[in-house]
Amino acid sequence: MNFIALRMLISDRAKYFGLIFAFAFSTFLLLNQISIFCGIMQRTGSQILDVTDADVWVMDPYTEYFEQTKALKDTDLTRVRGVQGVDYAVRLFKGNPIARTIEGKFASTFTIGVDDSTLIGAPRKMALGRWENLREANSIILDRAGYALLYPGQPLELGRVLELNDHKARLVGISDASAPFVSFPVIHARYSEALHFQGQQRNQLGYVLVRAKPGISPENLARSIEAATALKARTTMEFVRDCIGYYLRNTGIPVNFGITIAIALVVGLAVAGQTFFLFTLDNLKQFGALKAIGVTNSRLVGMVVLQAATAGFVGFAFGSGMAALFFEVMSKQMATRGIILTWQVEAIVAALMTAVILFVSVISIRRVIVLEPASVFR
Amino acid sequence: MTSPDSTAVSCHGIRKSFGTGDTKIDVLRGIHFEAHRGEMTFLVGPSGCGKTTLISVIAGLLDPSEGKVSIFGQQLAKMTSRDQILFRRKNLGFVFQQYNLLPALTAAENAAVPLLAAGVNRSTAVKRSKEILDRLGMASRADNYPRTLSGGQQQRVALARALVHEPRLIICDEPTAALDHKSGESVMELLATSAVHPDRAVVVVTHDNRVFHFADRITHMEDGIITHTEQNPKLQAA
Repeated sequence: MNFIALRMLISDRAKYFGLIFAFAFSTFLLLNQISIFCGIMQRTGSQILDVTDADVWVMDPYTEYFEQTKALKDTDLTRVRGVQGVDYAVRLFKGNPIARTIEGKFASTFTIGVDDSTLIGAPRKMALGRWENLREANSIILDRAGYALLYPGQPLELGRVLELNDHKARLVGISDASAPFVSFPVIHARYSEALHFQGQQRNQLGYVLVRAKPGISPENLARSIEAATALKARTTMEFVRDCIGYYLRNTGIPVNFGITIAIALVVGLAVAGQTFFLFTLDNLKQFGALKAIGVTNSRLVGMVVLQAATAGFVGFAFGSGMAALFFEVMSKQMATRGIILTWQVEAIVAALMTAVILFVSVISIRRVIVLEPASVFR
Repeated sequence: MTSPDSTAVSCHGIRKSFGTGDTKIDVLRGIHFEAHRGEMTFLVGPSGCGKTTLISVIAGLLDPSEGKVSIFGQQLAKMTSRDQILFRRKNLGFVFQQYNLLPALTAAENAAVPLLAAGVNRSTAVKRSKEILDRLGMASRADNYPRTLSGGQQQRVALARALVHEPRLIICDEPTAALDHKSGESVMELLATSAVHPDRAVVVVTHDNRVFHFADRITHMEDGIITHTEQNPKLQAA
């Protein structure tokens, strides 16, 4: 009987394509909005994730997210180094000086000062040049998106000079740094030079980056540091989660995306549900004939579920394809880089669409079950 | 006279009402009806007299408000609803006024539906249905979709569907109502030659008096009761 169900489904082309469009559009919207939402949220912690040399970040006890820093005292670095289980601990500066090109174009930057001797915290993914070149005097590494912003339309080229707080800095590398939450150029420099770019303040130590000794878990080390220093210590993933949590609690982003995601679900439920329900109503006479002939209710329910599942699956496949194409194109754009379609989002949307399919099946099944087979004689 | 064991359908004191209170309508008001194996029984009467309700009750598609229905000695009321469906699937064949063919299936696939519902595999079921269509003169149209067939041809496909699983009772609801006289005559001829069988009963609801001569027995209904039954003279002579 399955082939009869499928033939019934595809024989009415207009309704079949309408159903597929509804499922596909709903899938596309859900994948699109959830992926963009996740991508933007991930950006709030992207600079943390880019640092692969540290397990634990130590900061002021009241720090809530990466951009919000209150400088530590230089002596705090020594105190952290004294905690048992610390393999090494180094300084990290974070500031927002303005960078100006020789041509006069300028932009606020996201400048990170990494430890002078070890260069821990320097970008590891490079588009041009080597991160080790930061050891040269007055050198900086600029991210590719920042380069495109400050030198629009120009090919990647090292040796260019940027002016930061009256200090001239030479470009020795172009990184593939992850996009930050705000679209500032990301500059990496040595700690001692980054301080000059920002301008002198009494304390400028933003974070202490810590690596745990082998066999020591980052979580336990973070708790030990907090106990010993009264500073806040978070593992990389804990800190990323803190940042995401802060933006979720304190911005309108989740509400905004939540509304769009809800609309996508409503479109899926309402349009696909209504179209499928109408399709079932149109076929009631046929279901009635099958019932009279001796097809059981359970078999008819199976046919309806198969029809809904087939339309839903084909629609989901089309919607996923459109979303994949969308993100393939968008991931190549500077402004939307790093926002990708992940398998986790696919899985979430697949679960949501399964719920939509079940919903549209149930409302149609009800009509088929209560249908009197005697109606075929009327 | 027919012997008691030749009885295929036996209805005693069938009443059927719809609605309640002031809106209650008694559609069947104490029906006693019989149909016999090897015969084509016509159920005739004006529109609204309860013919269709009676065959719905006989087929087990409607439960009577009162009375007893036996099909080949088995009481439908004593069966579970699932057993009723299985009984219907095995023993009953239907021909509807509007054919009720599935537009998405070819003629052969439509005719194969009762076998498919019984779990017969598709190729076997379609092969069997093509044999029946061949007997009904529809071999060349077996792969056509219903929309490409004339009314008479569609009704032949419906007849093939009613015969394909070799049921013991065939119920036809106004099989000629949507057809012109020539097509109607042709369908009734096929019904008489293909459906009537010593071990099978055929019950035909109709008000088309042009085809009454095909009947072995004609039961007249009016206002929810059976007024009288007449036998075809040739049957009486036998």
